[in-house]
Amino acid sequence: MTATTTAPAPLLEVGGIDVFYGRVQALRGVTLTVSSGEIVALIGSNGAGKTTTLRTISGLMHPTGGRIVFDGRDITNTKAHEIVRFGICQSPEGRRLFPRMIVLDNLMMGTYARRDLSHVDRDVARVYELFPRLKEREKQLAGTLSGGEQQMLAIGRALMAHPKLLMLDEPSLGLAPILVETIFRVCVEINQQGTPILLVEQNATKALEIAHRAYVLETGNVVQHGTGKELLASPDVQRAYLGM
Amino acid sequence: MSAISQFWRTGPRRDPNTIAYIVLIVVGALAPIFLQLFLGGTATFWLTVFADMGVYILLAIGLNVVVGFAGLLDLGYAAFFAIGAYTYAFLASEHGIVTPLHEAFHVPFWIVLLVAMFVAASFGLILGAPTLRLRGDYLAIVTLGFGEIVPRVFKNASVWTSGANGVSALDIPALPVWIQGPWSGDPFAIVQDFKILAPLAYYVIMFVLLILCVILVRNLHSSRLGRAWMAVREDEVAAAAMGVNTVATKLYAFAIGAAFSGFAGTYYAAKLSLVSPENFGFSVSITILVMVVLGGMGNIAGVIIGSTVIYSVIFIFLPQLPDYATSFVQSVGLSGLTQSSGDYPGIGEFISRLKFLVFGLILVVVMLLRPQGLLPSRQREQELQKGVHEDTTIVDVTAETA
Ligand SMILES: Nc1ncnc2c1ncn2[C@@H]1O[C@H](COP(=O)(O)OP(=O)(O)OP(=O)(O)O)[C@@H](O)[C@H]1O
Ligand SMILES: [Mg+2]
Repeated sequence: MTATTTAPAPLLEVGGIDVFYGRVQALRGVTLTVSSGEIVALIGSNGAGKTTTLRTISGLMHPTGGRIVFDGRDITNTKAHEIVRFGICQSPEGRRLFPRMIVLDNLMMGTYARRDLSHVDRDVARVYELFPRLKEREKQLAGTLSGGEQQMLAIGRALMAHPKLLMLDEPSLGLAPILVETIFRVCVEINQQGTPILLVEQNATKALEIAHRAYVLETGNVVQHGTGKELLASPDVQRAYLGM
Repeated sequence: MSAISQFWRTGPRRDPNTIAYIVLIVVGALAPIFLQLFLGGTATFWLTVFADMGVYILLAIGLNVVVGFAGLLDLGYAAFFAIGAYTYAFLASEHGIVTPLHEAFHVPFWIVLLVAMFVAASFGLILGAPTLRLRGDYLAIVTLGFGEIVPRVFKNASVWTSGANGVSALDIPALPVWIQGPWSGDPFAIVQDFKILAPLAYYVIMFVLLILCVILVRNLHSSRLGRAWMAVREDEVAAAAMGVNTVATKLYAFAIGAAFSGFAGTYYAAKLSLVSPENFGFSVSITILVMVVLGGMGNIAGVIIGSTVIYSVIFIFLPQLPDYATSFVQSVGLSGLTQSSGDYPGIGEFISRLKFLVFGLILVVVMLLRPQGLLPSRQREQELQKGVHEDTTIVDVTAETA
């Protein structure tokens, strides 16, 4: 066993978590890892438990069994606002912007948990570079943005936290094809700049194309796991999620 | 002009209400002089009225922190007002003698002001800690209950509070001996023997307190905590996901709001020299809430204007309405209407019965004409003009405790 210690420990290790909503079990021993530099996709049909997985990692819910280790720290029962400080930030399902704050203030709320505020201007500029549309709308109330613009803002806001791990819950939901392309391109760009991403997507083809690794979730269980290419080629996945 | 210096560091952005504040301060500072010039003898009466109005302005500023900034509906805010007032009654009167303690306390007014803030804030925490996990409507009901319970406790714990009679002959606030100035003797002589009795003195104290509170609240609003309140009000889950400790943030709002109410309660008790459980009922809580909403939730200048208007309507205009009506019908030669006959009680009494109908009509008309409040906050105004698509996703976060 001593020979295996050479591989670095993954950044995020989710080990067999069970999560309940009241008496309904939403996750059954879900296990997954994300290492630095990776894009990891989490796919599965509606109600499979993808959002629940992200909510649990974020500390918005807590598992009844299993454990979550991030960056060498056990965060299984850590509160959401502390987990953000440790470096996990998500763009949640349904965007969840602050509708009556302007675009810029929404971005700035992303920096709430940051200790180092010295490069905030540069970070705002970077978000505007990724999404020039947001710059045009800088002073507009977030609640009055179009759906696509809101999605950009949700991603931008999460980026402002300088996360060590970025989690995106269905970033392409409800967007025009051209915007979907943009979002996935930006994901790759963010990842190449050094931020690992845990990506939840309905758009499985696109997600698997850009993901280094991926997990398939079905009714709260991880049923398949491999590299993006492997899953793209897998007949089961093709039948169930890629519409082939 | 960097994003950061605007947001977290330099405090308030240029406040669009600067003019409103300047007008309020100038009017407030000049009011005693003009009252003296134009009204002479009745000037002191109006100074008393304005000082009482100041109590409600203070209350509204405090409730605005809870309702306007943090978006928590508090229907029992008068409870903290009562707690502040009774704190002064216990700590600054002979009343202690008749309680089981058999000991009277005479703590100076200025110190009780701070103590009362602290006591009220503590009750705010005690009430808030278990209840702030509840969502909107439930919180409203719990605070409503608290607002009903507190005056009742003061009424029924008569061994301690003299029950419905209340506590009277509270200490007259005094200036510390070392603060000497022109106000202590001629020509102003508003403070005799260091005792504060003159209405002008109360007016001045209230004016200064109000300015201090407004400065404090404005700074709070633009602070990190103020941003956290706004985020929690907008979307609690998103706020938590950005690293806001939502429970602590809401507790702060509750405690700070309560502190203002306690502060106002002490001033109120000292000025009146009397506290009674009847003064802190549900109608007080609702009046303050109306002031906040009608003035423009979240906007301090708006809330001040709202409370001035509502106070004037409830406590000045409405009580005089029957007299106005009587003299009006007499002046148009319909003196017959002033006599009662059969079921008809005479114009004065008749109008007096309609007082609150008139009040209700005024509220409805104002809210229809200016739904965003008299002087709305910037966001609320934009929101009502452009229409904000509220997110329709509903996530039941209470389920997570399972
Ligand atoms: N607040 C809740 N209370 C009770 N059950 C819930 C709650 N939220 C989710 N569930 C249930 O948990 C299961 C997993 O839901 P989850 O939101 O994680 O699915 P998902 O994979 O994100 O689906 P989608 O692709 O539709 O977003 C579903 O069966 C859902 O009905
Ligand atoms: Mg989902």
